[in-house]
Amino acid sequence: MNLENFWFVLIAVLWGGYFVLEGFDFGVGMLLPFLPRDEDERNAMFESIGPVWDGNEVWLVVAGGATFAAFPAWYGTMFSGFYLALLLILFFLIIRVVSFEWRDKSKSPGWRRVWMWANTVGSIGIALIWGIGLSNLLSGVPLDSSGNYIGGFWNLFTGYTVLGGIAFVAVFAFHGANYLTLRTVGDLFERSRRAARRLAIPAVAVGAGYLIWTVVVAVDQNDKDVFPPVLPAALAIAAFVLAAACVYLGRNGLGFTLSAVGTLGVVATLFTSLYPRVMVSSPDFANSLTVQNASSAHYTLAVMSVVAAICVPLVLLYQAWTYHVFRARVGGDGLSGSPEASADSPAT
Amino acid sequence: MPVLASTVVDLARLQFATTSIYHFLFVPLTLGLGPLVAVMQTLWLRTKDERWLRLTKFFGTLFLINFAIGVATGLVQEFEFGMNWSVYSRFVGNVFGAPLAIEGLAAFMLESTFLGLWIFGWNRLSPRLHLATLWIAVLGTWLSAYFILVANSWMQHPVGYKIVNGEAQLTSVWALLSNGFALRAFLHTILAGLIFGSTIMLGVCCWHFLRGRQVELFRKAAMLALIVAVPVTLLQLIVGNRFGEAVTSAQSMKIAASEAQWNTCQPCGFSLFQIGGFTKSDPTPSFSITIPKLLSYMATGSFSGQVQGLNQLQRQERVKYGPGNYMPNIRVIYWAMRVMAFAGVLMFLVAALGAWLYRKGKLERARWFQRTAIATIALPYIAATAGWILTEMGRQPWIVQGLLLTSKANSPNVSTTWLGISLAFFITLYVVLGIVDFVLMRRYARPDRPTTSEELPAPAVTY
Repeated sequence: MNLENFWFVLIAVLWGGYFVLEGFDFGVGMLLPFLPRDEDERNAMFESIGPVWDGNEVWLVVAGGATFAAFPAWYGTMFSGFYLALLLILFFLIIRVVSFEWRDKSKSPGWRRVWMWANTVGSIGIALIWGIGLSNLLSGVPLDSSGNYIGGFWNLFTGYTVLGGIAFVAVFAFHGANYLTLRTVGDLFERSRRAARRLAIPAVAVGAGYLIWTVVVAVDQNDKDVFPPVLPAALAIAAFVLAAACVYLGRNGLGFTLSAVGTLGVVATLFTSLYPRVMVSSPDFANSLTVQNASSAHYTLAVMSVVAAICVPLVLLYQAWTYHVFRARVGGDGLSGSPEASADSPAT
Repeated sequence: MPVLASTVVDLARLQFATTSIYHFLFVPLTLGLGPLVAVMQTLWLRTKDERWLRLTKFFGTLFLINFAIGVATGLVQEFEFGMNWSVYSRFVGNVFGAPLAIEGLAAFMLESTFLGLWIFGWNRLSPRLHLATLWIAVLGTWLSAYFILVANSWMQHPVGYKIVNGEAQLTSVWALLSNGFALRAFLHTILAGLIFGSTIMLGVCCWHFLRGRQVELFRKAAMLALIVAVPVTLLQLIVGNRFGEAVTSAQSMKIAASEAQWNTCQPCGFSLFQIGGFTKSDPTPSFSITIPKLLSYMATGSFSGQVQGLNQLQRQERVKYGPGNYMPNIRVIYWAMRVMAFAGVLMFLVAALGAWLYRKGKLERARWFQRTAIATIALPYIAATAGWILTEMGRQPWIVQGLLLTSKANSPNVSTTWLGISLAFFITLYVVLGIVDFVLMRRYARPDRPTTSEELPAPAVTY
């Protein structure tokens, strides 16, 4: 595999990492207005992702930086082309970031409600727009011969891309519910299980529909054969179906693992469908950006490969350790959940 | 349509200036308050003195409120290169993208993950391990600053590259990472961060002294703040000066502009203040206060050194790069330099005075000084803003010194409408965030909050 292809795969991995990890954070955020019956349960939901969401979000920062370094032309075209969509993403990202830090800074119910909704709206918005945005890479956008986007904002919305957005939202909501079944206790746990069951069928249906449509678009718009894109698509659909089955059988751990595999499968399907292009141009297919014509020179890619070879395993290691440290369920063990408990114990 | 084109570039510049200056109001406090909180927690672990724990929690909360906006506005910066400056992004991606990507992978990951561990790890990690997570997060913030400054310094002083097919390609990552300009900028920025941290800590302590609250507790914090503030403010004056020498060799025009030095001089006096003298048609100030030979020393390290004038440099650049105006906005650069330098000196004087009062045991009673110290909180913000205006506007008309003009670097497909929408959007959102942040910081810093460690929440988030 040459370095250009390696970096294409690595960027897919970074997006995959981002959506698997932030995906359940988004799902928890989306369920915030619906699952909890009181403030304690809401706190528990926040706490279930509190220690990890920021580290999870950095996968996006790295995906963005890696695209800038390894495929400058892709970065320049995509970010300037999807301008208003990215502006919306930034808005949702920002209100979501501050909601985590600011919500508990006041006891006022109105204040807490505002930041809870900021988190929910942010989570839905980010998932929706990334789904639409990334689908556009494949379904094609108008590019001129120097690789500049020449469409408008509404060009980004087609049946396929909007389904992509909805699929991301549905899959993450399901993934988040699965996560909560592993991290909560008592009533909240019961309601998380019910939510996972209710969300399973829609997530499988929308997710499968999107995956199949993606393979069709790859064939129609991107000059691909059904194989290989159909492979990750089938894997993802199988994972989602099995995840749904697990949820109904009460196998929550396996259900969460499978919804994570399914999410990875969605990203894999998208990138397999894209290759060897990174951004399809339509109607002028010849203007498409490819792994070859959008990439950095060999030296930069080689340097970055060394850095990635050292850092990525390290990151995986210490992030895994973080999940190990915070593996205990939240809300019922007296160790966590209530601010009083946390504040007292370091002093005792 | 040259008029329209310049509007697009101007709007894109205005937006970058707004968002990056805003971002940098929060970054240096993260860089400086982080290690101070870590030192306090270390002292608690070492001495078992409960007061250090209370101070750790008190300042830790302020640190985290501030940190949140730093993260949120940092995302904007990463996206903005591609959104508004796609020609620039394609031109520099090979070189400039690398430190940005490494920053994410090696520094920001570390910072975010370990800060999460610190915030929520009070009950779950052993005290030593819990302390280690904070130090690692602090290391992450410093590494992060280093890689970002490597990227920025390449725009000021490009090294380790060649131009192939109209784009810059990296030839030596070592040259990029060891760029003398970057190392100096890093030291300058870390010192700035420590000045932010210690100055604001001292101000908050003095606020408590002024109200007579928790005097015993905050005397310890004031001591720590002063131990840091006195040497770093002094060191910054020296380092800032040395940094000037590096700028002189890499960006002569920036130095000439920052002194409004129209003609080459040897030796050159340093102008403290002047009226007029900022335009080519009016090169001689109608009034000025000048210290003889000081500019020669600051720019070259020798009291008899030569500093090239704007007119001479303009002629050289025109020969080298073709017709055009290669001077930045002289008036802005001149004053940005002075605001930064004067603020730096003032902060040193306040710190030195505070240390003297502390030694005399008068700090808790000197109300005039307490008020001064509270007002001094504004100074690091002013100095840092002026410093970045000097750095970035002083590089104009270049976006990458000598390689790419700012006027040719924007996204050609991004219209004034899109830019107008996004600029209005950022300003509105940032004003709201700024107000909420200020109110929260004030509330958590104010003297009449609960004070026993049972009543004080663990730093920030417990949900």
